[in-house]
Amino acid sequence: MAILRDEVRRIAGLARLELREEDLDRVAAELSSVLDYAEVLKRLDLTGCEAQGVAPPAAALRADEPDGRRLTAQQALAMAPETEGGFFMVPPVMEGQDP
Amino acid sequence: MTARELWRVPARALAAAVRAGECTALEAVSAGWEGPAALWERDVHAIVHSDAEARVAGAGAAPRGPLAGVPVVVKDNLCTRDYPTTCCSRMLAGYQPPYDATVVRRLREAGGVISGKGNMDEFAMGSSTEFSCDGPTRNPYDLARVPGGSSGGPAAAVAYGLSPLALGSDTGGSVRQPAAFCGVIGLKPTYGRLSRYGLVAFASSLDQVGIFGRHAGDVALLYALLAGPDPLDATSRPGPPPDVSGWDEGVEGLRFGWPANLWREGVDAEVVAGLEEAATWLERAGARRVPFDFLPGEYAVATYYLVATAEASSNLARFDGVRYGHRAAESPDLHALTTRSRSAGFGAEVQRRILLGTYALSAGYHDEYYLTAQRARARIRREYEAAFSRCDLLLMPAAPTLPFRLGEKLADPLAMYLSDIFTLGANLAGIPGLSVPVTPAAGGLPRAVQLLGPDDGEGRLLRGARALEVQGDRARLERSHEVEFAWPTKR
Repeated sequence: MAILRDEVRRIAGLARLELREEDLDRVAAELSSVLDYAEVLKRLDLTGCEAQGVAPPAAALRADEPDGRRLTAQQALAMAPETEGGFFMVPPVMEGQDP
Repeated sequence: MTARELWRVPARALAAAVRAGECTALEAVSAGWEGPAALWERDVHAIVHSDAEARVAGAGAAPRGPLAGVPVVVKDNLCTRDYPTTCCSRMLAGYQPPYDATVVRRLREAGGVISGKGNMDEFAMGSSTEFSCDGPTRNPYDLARVPGGSSGGPAAAVAYGLSPLALGSDTGGSVRQPAAFCGVIGLKPTYGRLSRYGLVAFASSLDQVGIFGRHAGDVALLYALLAGPDPLDATSRPGPPPDVSGWDEGVEGLRFGWPANLWREGVDAEVVAGLEEAATWLERAGARRVPFDFLPGEYAVATYYLVATAEASSNLARFDGVRYGHRAAESPDLHALTTRSRSAGFGAEVQRRILLGTYALSAGYHDEYYLTAQRARARIRREYEAAFSRCDLLLMPAAPTLPFRLGEKLADPLAMYLSDIFTLGANLAGIPGLSVPVTPAAGGLPRAVQLLGPDDGEGRLLRGARALEVQGDRARLERSHEVEFAWPTKR
């Protein structure tokens, strides 16, 4: 199925990506070609096939258990692009706020 | 054997020499850098982070264990406290993890030393290592060709002699296909057998740490040291991992599946000839061929590129320019900060997959694409289970072609995706797979086959790899009286 420019723009917004206007057609064509290919799945008999969960049966999920790991605040902040007074810094979240 | 020649030595013998005091751990670790890397690394570009001081420190701290002093190249998506971990993405430029991945920790506890961080497609998304923000890796057997991907750096490093072993990750073939292209062994274990803790997530239900080596025995050793449950990975498989100590016990009596319908069209004649050779070798070693038809690979491709991209779009949502990673300057608000940071930090292929995954998960398309793919995944798993009720191993191509030229598939994402057609199924089903070289193709390019096994079938995969290794050595001895590893020659 063909994806249109507007659709690509909408998806990019959901994914928090900004595409250049001149790239929209190319990206639309690339996504369309992969989705067209995926049409082969319509030929596959899926009778009795339940949606596989998060992982193959090889992995038995278990409850999380406490462990001895400790990340200090200093370690957690060490790789942040911008910090102040032990906090991660972000621009204003709501309009009208001072940065 | 002088210190300068230590790079040629298999990992087991190298560790034994270090333990016996015949050489130091530092000599063992340095040999690859002083010898083959001086000749190859500038052209091949297998390594993105190297650090002589870290190697000295690592060698000095290495316990005299089963891997004493053995250098290991580690893919740049596995966290290491003494090297940056960037996934070869602008997004993570300079990122220094505060901890080691579990597999890296176990490697060090056994005496292994990190030789360097291996180049890769950005966030492991690619099949040629051309999507690295650090520039591509080239195939040491032909510098105009790709080493495969996404773990192209570790594969090429092992091929040219920098280290006898390397760690990669395999989400859809990213260890097996580059191993095939570079003429080394590549093992993707059963899902959950090697911890994913500290492996930067791409598609969590498919990702698995994998092992590169030049010798089946070396791969078996490293697997035995790394495999096993990890409380830090909720998807690690409980219970003891499969015993691979019988890797040299041969394949007498084993049945290998021969699904020849898969290569009737769309597969290079050289690849098909390699399969015929491997089948003949396995039969000569006492295994029995069981022909049957198998589900064509196109279903796995369609399923994989919906499931993997959906998971990737979710996993990569964490990169928002706040806690780590690239941050765009001068953003007026949080939304703009996130959008601008991600758009500048992620490369074209990563953005393409995030968009595809976001689409497959979005309202109105979730059932049609994502849910259908999840059901198809169950069907694919069932196909493998049926196959393994008739045989012990499956023999099939690792890739439909020999190593292709740089740039050849860059303009066509779907063509690149199709180069994984034979490897994706194992990830979707969670089963183990391994690629192993056979006689090189005309012109000297590496050629390989893939062996697949049922859950926890690593032992028989390694037995198969060893049987092919022995038969390959015999064939080379007949041709040229040469039984050492088939090193690339500089041209």
